[in-house]
Amino acid sequence: MDYLLTEQQIMVRDLARKIAKEKITPVAAEHDEKETFPWEIMKVMAESDLCGVYIEEKYGGLGGGAMELCLVTEELSRACGGIAICFAATALGTYPIILFGNDEQKQKYLPDIASGKKLAAFALTEAGAGSDAGAIATTARKEGDHYVLNGVKQWITNGGEAEVYTVIAMTDREKGARGASAFIIEKGTPGFDFGKKEKKLGIRASATRELVFNECKIPKANLLGREGMGFIVAMKTFDKSRPGVAAQAVGIAQGALDHAVKYSRERKQFGKTISSFQGLQFMLADMATEVEAARALTYSVAKMVDTGAKDVSKESAMAKLFASDVAMKVTTDAIQVLGGYGYMRDYPVEKYMRDAKITQIYEGTNQIQRNVIALELLKEQLRG
Amino acid sequence: MTDKPKDCSIQIITGNCTGCTMCVKTCPFGAISMVDSAEAKKGKLAVIDYMKCTLCGACVESCKFKAIEMTVCKVAPKVALGDYKGVWVFAEQKKGKVQSVVYELLGKGRELADALGTELAAVLIGDAVEAQAEELFWRGADKVYLVENAGLKSYQDEPYTNIIVELVKEFKPEILLYGATSIGRSLASRIAVKLYTGLTADCTALDIDKEKKILLQTRPAFGGNIMATILCENYRPQMATVRHKVFKEAQVDKSRKGQVVKKSYPDNLLASRTRISDVVEEISSTVNLTEADIIVSGGRGLGKAEGFKVIEELAKVLGGAVGASRSAVDAEWIPYSHQVGQTGKTVCPKIYIACGISGQIQHLAGMSSSEIIIAINKDSQAPIFSVATYGIVGDLYEVVPALTQKFKEILKK
Amino acid sequence: MNIIVCIKQVPDTQDIRINPETNTLMREGVQSIVNPFDMYAIEEALRIKERLGAASTKVTVLSMGPSQAEEALREAVSMGADEMVLMSDRAFAGSDTWATSYTLAKGIQKLGKFDLIICGKQAIDGDTAQVGPGIAATLDIPQVTYVKKTEDIKEGLAKFERMTEEGYEVIETPLPCLITVVKEINIPRLPSLKGKIKAKQSKATVLGAKDLEVDPDRLGLQGSPTAVKKIFTPPKRTGGQVLQGEVPDIVNKLADSIKDVVISVSKT
Repeated sequence: MDYLLTEQQIMVRDLARKIAKEKITPVAAEHDEKETFPWEIMKVMAESDLCGVYIEEKYGGLGGGAMELCLVTEELSRACGGIAICFAATALGTYPIILFGNDEQKQKYLPDIASGKKLAAFALTEAGAGSDAGAIATTARKEGDHYVLNGVKQWITNGGEAEVYTVIAMTDREKGARGASAFIIEKGTPGFDFGKKEKKLGIRASATRELVFNECKIPKANLLGREGMGFIVAMKTFDKSRPGVAAQAVGIAQGALDHAVKYSRERKQFGKTISSFQGLQFMLADMATEVEAARALTYSVAKMVDTGAKDVSKESAMAKLFASDVAMKVTTDAIQVLGGYGYMRDYPVEKYMRDAKITQIYEGTNQIQRNVIALELLKEQLRG
Repeated sequence: MTDKPKDCSIQIITGNCTGCTMCVKTCPFGAISMVDSAEAKKGKLAVIDYMKCTLCGACVESCKFKAIEMTVCKVAPKVALGDYKGVWVFAEQKKGKVQSVVYELLGKGRELADALGTELAAVLIGDAVEAQAEELFWRGADKVYLVENAGLKSYQDEPYTNIIVELVKEFKPEILLYGATSIGRSLASRIAVKLYTGLTADCTALDIDKEKKILLQTRPAFGGNIMATILCENYRPQMATVRHKVFKEAQVDKSRKGQVVKKSYPDNLLASRTRISDVVEEISSTVNLTEADIIVSGGRGLGKAEGFKVIEELAKVLGGAVGASRSAVDAEWIPYSHQVGQTGKTVCPKIYIACGISGQIQHLAGMSSSEIIIAINKDSQAPIFSVATYGIVGDLYEVVPALTQKFKEILKK
Repeated sequence: MNIIVCIKQVPDTQDIRINPETNTLMREGVQSIVNPFDMYAIEEALRIKERLGAASTKVTVLSMGPSQAEEALREAVSMGADEMVLMSDRAFAGSDTWATSYTLAKGIQKLGKFDLIICGKQAIDGDTAQVGPGIAATLDIPQVTYVKKTEDIKEGLAKFERMTEEGYEVIETPLPCLITVVKEINIPRLPSLKGKIKAKQSKATVLGAKDLEVDPDRLGLQGSPTAVKKIFTPPKRTGGQVLQGEVPDIVNKLADSIKDVVISVSKT
């Protein structure tokens, strides 16, 4: 399908596709098996100028937006959803600075992220605060020109590997969600440590760790926006980044579909390739249609974001919800196409299914997405 | 589409072209395409892109409707062809020892010289290498042109080029053959330019056109997908390089004798701008691949680097060398020096055992002239079976160790 | 320092298949790529440029071929090459390695002062390995073929490791010189986005026969000493027997068939 991409977007997509094919595909299984962080791929991404596709030109980026972010994430995910998320999680950690950072903060952090010198991460989730972001327990206490952070963030993608973290902490407990603020914290700051690396079902090339703050003192200048804006920072960031998760899901689904189609043309049973059986053809047709529908929705939302639409909460949630459900279904079906081979680790398809699952969970579970969508629907009805 | 170059003539006869696309499919250089044309019989007309066309004539033969006409223009010979007589072989030596590819070239050179009714000579350049001349005679040379100098001990492009250019100018051979080694390929290319004559690389067959008394040089192109026979009609000498192991070594006949022609040249011709400051030999622990009589090769089907252990074990028992397909090398299971095929080494062992190798054309290009080919592969459709003398459809991890065991018994190892 | 990299656009021979019915090449879907060995040449030029300083070093890529070959030049620019030159003229048609070497050498002379010319060791469509040394001979400069490492390079002087059948030689050479490089020398980088954008905006300088100081009799088909007389598909080696049965039986059958050869080999 032709999505009327710009010349630059096509260039971005083709380059990401080349990296995925030539550099990621050969190492995807190994990183998955050994749970190693793909630094060599991050280096390739940096050398290819892909790390800053969504960052403004004056900060060393390419000047693209959500669409470029989606294209890169999708293409990388087609080869490995785990490696793709190392890139996409940096975008998630960077968006708060792009959206709410002042010029000084942008000058300080964005060029190194755009050039790929540094990775970023975003830290909201805690043991007691998942979907209920208002329940976060990490605190930031103001002391003169500084804030002092205490608390533990959980399951932070790129945790330990990233240099730059945007962290949501409570500056005023009394105010609940309105008492949260967002901070930029650099790796190496005294009082900032990491917990153990988590063992995961999928996206195993990516690193997921706890962030531990123990009387961690940071300058006042590291506050993003104003005190009390933390929750808004998080929500606006998610609005922009959810198409990225949707794109990851689309890529994973497409990758699994590619393998299924290829296999169906090679595998022979009853003297014929299995692709000649109509039962299997119908499966492939459904899978392809679903992937395309998910892609169309994802790109539409990315375009909305890029054209400056004010409120994209509902559409963002729809894209993330739909694409991640498609990814789960298509990857499961892809295994079915491969039969017993699909279930074996010698073949790459089972990994796609394991990688797909997280897209239904993180950056807001699909149940939360449905809440968001329903809430917006009802609001619209009220407004008439 | 570019215009037709003025001096060569190949053209599509519009009235005859039926738009059948046979020529498009046949053209090895992708130089023909179909365009819509009102003039053509069936609305489609073949057109030739003259930037790609080499006038090989493949399309002329393929066209069933006589719609392609080609006449290769006559170029007047650049030299007096009749002055050139004799077949020469460059006797490449390393550390004073003539390389075995030279004896292979002498074997073929003798045939060519006999077919032309002329003499066979070897060109030997080095430092104190005269003793090597005797074996060159035993292997069929009638003459050895010998140039000795302390500065010529090791091969250097410039002095070696200068010497051979001078020898050719003085003695005028009609054919000059080199081994397609790293030395031979560098040297021959340079000489061809200096003498303004043709050079055909990596020939797999050399014959004499009986009528015209010229050399027919056949070589693979496009990774062995096609073969081309190449002529050098109007320039002399006709030069070719031949890979090691393509031709059989000439037999030793110790009764043969010959004449040594010694030449020396002034220092300016022996000077080299490049200087060898160090020579490092990397001795491989196993048998040299191109010399091996038995090769056991592994490919993608091994599945992992460790798979080469079973390959090595069989090779060891058989006293053979270990080879590999390009995909096994690309996966970094084994170093490039083991690669067999178009971009690796050409081998011609007595027995070639391909384990888990599908047999892509570029691999076949490097091993299909082996005497016996044994293919072991899970996939009964693998192209390797189409060249195999013995095919085994099965798991190499069962078959190869069993073979190793069997030959341990047979060879009492 | 001025570095010139000579590259060629070739069909990806890996993609080429023979149609078993007509015994002809199947070209459908065969992509044009930069000759893989030339990718190492481009990468080495860029590495030398990085080593010597980007400001003082210029990398020019040069190709002879039809106008589509500009795509190959663009790829080099997207990796970081500074300029591209396309030699395209119907007078160059039908060139063999001699005429190609001559034409490229004349193009290089036209470009002005140069210090280093880098070529891939050979092109995968012809596999001749002749054009690199041919250019060096035409320009009468030293050559170092099969280079696997640039040890040292400075104004007027360089040191390379040249791969041989037994190992390698270290060769010192004055500049200007020409080298041909092998796969071992480096791992080519992927293009960068900024490079791709630059490549999109740049245009190749096109040189034709009229722009060169050449002897027209030495160009193209006329200037080529060799001519292709005929092209044919290699005789197919026909498959032999497929051994059937259980593994021990197969192994016994095979061992019986080849045992004499193995024993005779092990005795020599």
